[in-house]
Amino acid sequence: MEITSTLFTAKAIYVGIIFAITLGVAAYSTYFERIIAAFMQDRVGPDRAGPFGILQPLADAVKMFMKEDFIPANSNKWLFIAGPCLSMLTALMTSAVVPFGDQLDLGDGIILDLQGIDVNIGILWVFGIVSLGVYGVLIGGWASNNKYSLIGAIRAASQNISYELAMGLSIIAILMLSGSLSTKSIVETQQNGHWNILYQPLGFVIFLVCAFAECNRTPFDLPECETELIGGYHTEYSSMKLGFYLFSEYINMFISGAVMATLYFGGYDYLFNDYVAQISWLGEYAYNVSALLGLVVLIVKALIFVFIFMWVRWTLPRFRYDQLMGLGWTGLIPLAMFNVVLTGASMLFTVNDGGSNWMTVGASWAGVIIMLVVTFAYSEMKYKKKKLATA
Amino acid sequence: MNFWYFLTALTLLSASMVILSKNPIHSVLYLVFTFFCISGHYVLLNAQFLMAVNIVVYAGAIMVLFLFVIMMMDLSKNSPDSKSTLTKLAGAILGGTLLVILIAASRKVDLKDVKPIDAQTGMVEGLGQILYRDYVLPFELVSILFFVAMVGAVMLGKREAGERNF
Repeated sequence: MEITSTLFTAKAIYVGIIFAITLGVAAYSTYFERIIAAFMQDRVGPDRAGPFGILQPLADAVKMFMKEDFIPANSNKWLFIAGPCLSMLTALMTSAVVPFGDQLDLGDGIILDLQGIDVNIGILWVFGIVSLGVYGVLIGGWASNNKYSLIGAIRAASQNISYELAMGLSIIAILMLSGSLSTKSIVETQQNGHWNILYQPLGFVIFLVCAFAECNRTPFDLPECETELIGGYHTEYSSMKLGFYLFSEYINMFISGAVMATLYFGGYDYLFNDYVAQISWLGEYAYNVSALLGLVVLIVKALIFVFIFMWVRWTLPRFRYDQLMGLGWTGLIPLAMFNVVLTGASMLFTVNDGGSNWMTVGASWAGVIIMLVVTFAYSEMKYKKKKLATA
Repeated sequence: MNFWYFLTALTLLSASMVILSKNPIHSVLYLVFTFFCISGHYVLLNAQFLMAVNIVVYAGAIMVLFLFVIMMMDLSKNSPDSKSTLTKLAGAILGGTLLVILIAASRKVDLKDVKPIDAQTGMVEGLGQILYRDYVLPFELVSILFFVAMVGAVMLGKREAGERNF
C-alpha cells in the first residue's frame, strides 16, 4: 500500500475515526455511569456542568490534569510511569481487528474494509492483547512500593489469568461453528440473522461473565476493593496517571462490548441490510449506506453492552475472593468444556444433514436447560444439607 | 531484510539485558520484550498463528506468573552474592557446550529439500492439517504429558487433612 494512495488515506481516516469514537464513548461512559447510578439510586446525578451536566467529562478531565502529579519516594519511577501507559495502550490495541462494518466503495475501484486489519488470526489477537492488559496493572501496582497496591495488582493478575481460561474455552465453540479465527469471517457466517447467540447461549453467558472479570468491573472488582485495599493497584496514583487507569477501564468496556457483539450478536449485521443495499433511489450509494448503517448498528450494540456493564455494577454486590476463584475454576471452566463437547457432538450428528442448523440450536438450548436444572438441584441439595447441619 | 537486522539486534540486546540487569523484575520485563521480538520474527516468517500463540502463552500467561512469584518473594533484597565461583563456572561450561552443539547441528542442515513458501505457509489451516493429520499421535501424547504434569501440580498443591488453613 503506497502512502500517497487514496486507500491509505481512507484507512488512516477510518482508524482516526474509530480512535475518536472509542475515546469519546469512554469519556461519556463516565458521565452515563453516574447518571445511571443516580437513576438507580433515585438521585439527581451530575447536573451542574452545562445542560443536564453533559460537560461533566470535560470538567473531570480538567480536574485530572490540574491535580498534582505525584510520584512516591522509593518507587520505581520508570515502571511507575509505564504502568498506566501500558494499560491505555493495550486497551486501545484490541479494536484493530474488530470489524466495525462491511466494505465501503470509494469509487475508482477502491474498496475500503471497515476494519483495522483483517488478519488470519483475528480472535487470537484480541485474546493476546487482553492477556497483556494485566501487565499495566501488575507493573503499576508493584512500582508504587506499597503493600496495598501490590496486593491489588496480584489479585488483578490472578483473576485475569483464571478467567482467561474460561474465556478461551467459550470462544473455541464459536471457532468450531464458524471454522475460522478471522473476526471478519466469524461475522460473515452470522449474516441475515444467524447470530451465534442462537447457537451458543451458554457460551455467551460464560463469555459475558469472563468479560466482566477481565475488565475488573463489579461484581469482580476485587483488585480495587476499597474496604480491604484502599484503592487497590492505583492507591498511589494521582492526576492523569490515575485518569489513564480509570479511562482504560471504560475503553475496555466499550471494546469488549464490540467484541461480544462481533462474536455473538452478528457484528454489523442488522435486520434489513439486504433491503437497504438495494434501495433504488440511493442508486450506487445504496451499498455504502448499508455498510455505514452497519457501523452504527455495531456501535449501538456495543453501547447496549456498556449499559449492561453499568446496570450490573449498580445492582450486584462484590464477590468474596474465594467465591470469585471458585466460580472461575470450578464453575465456568467445566461449563465451558461441557459447551465445547455439546457443540462438537451436535455438529457431528448434523454433518450429513446438508447444513441444517436446527440440531445445533436444539442441542445448545437443551444444554442450557439441563445446566440450569442441575445447578438448581445442586444448590437445593446443598441448602438442605446446610439446614440439616445447623438444625 | 533491513527490518530483519533491526529486529535481530533488538532481540539480542533485550535478551542480554535479561541476564545483565540487577533487578529481577527488570529481567522479567526484558524477557517479555524478547518474546515480542521473537513474535516479530514469526511474523516475518509468515507464521501469524505462532506469533499470536507465543504472545498469549508466553508473554501473557507464563511470564505473568513469573512476575507474580518474583513480586511476592521480593528478591531484590538478597541478590548479588548468592552465586559462588563454582556455580558460575559450571553455568559457563554448560552454556558453552549447548552453544557448540547447536552450531554443530545447524552446520549439518541441508536446505535443498525445503519446500518453497507460498501464501498459505504458516497459516493456521496448514498447521492444523499437520498437527491433527500427520502428527496426531505425538500431539495427543504431548497432551497426556501436560495432563500428567497438571495432576502432579494439583497433587503437590493440595492441602492434606489437618494441615493449617491460611
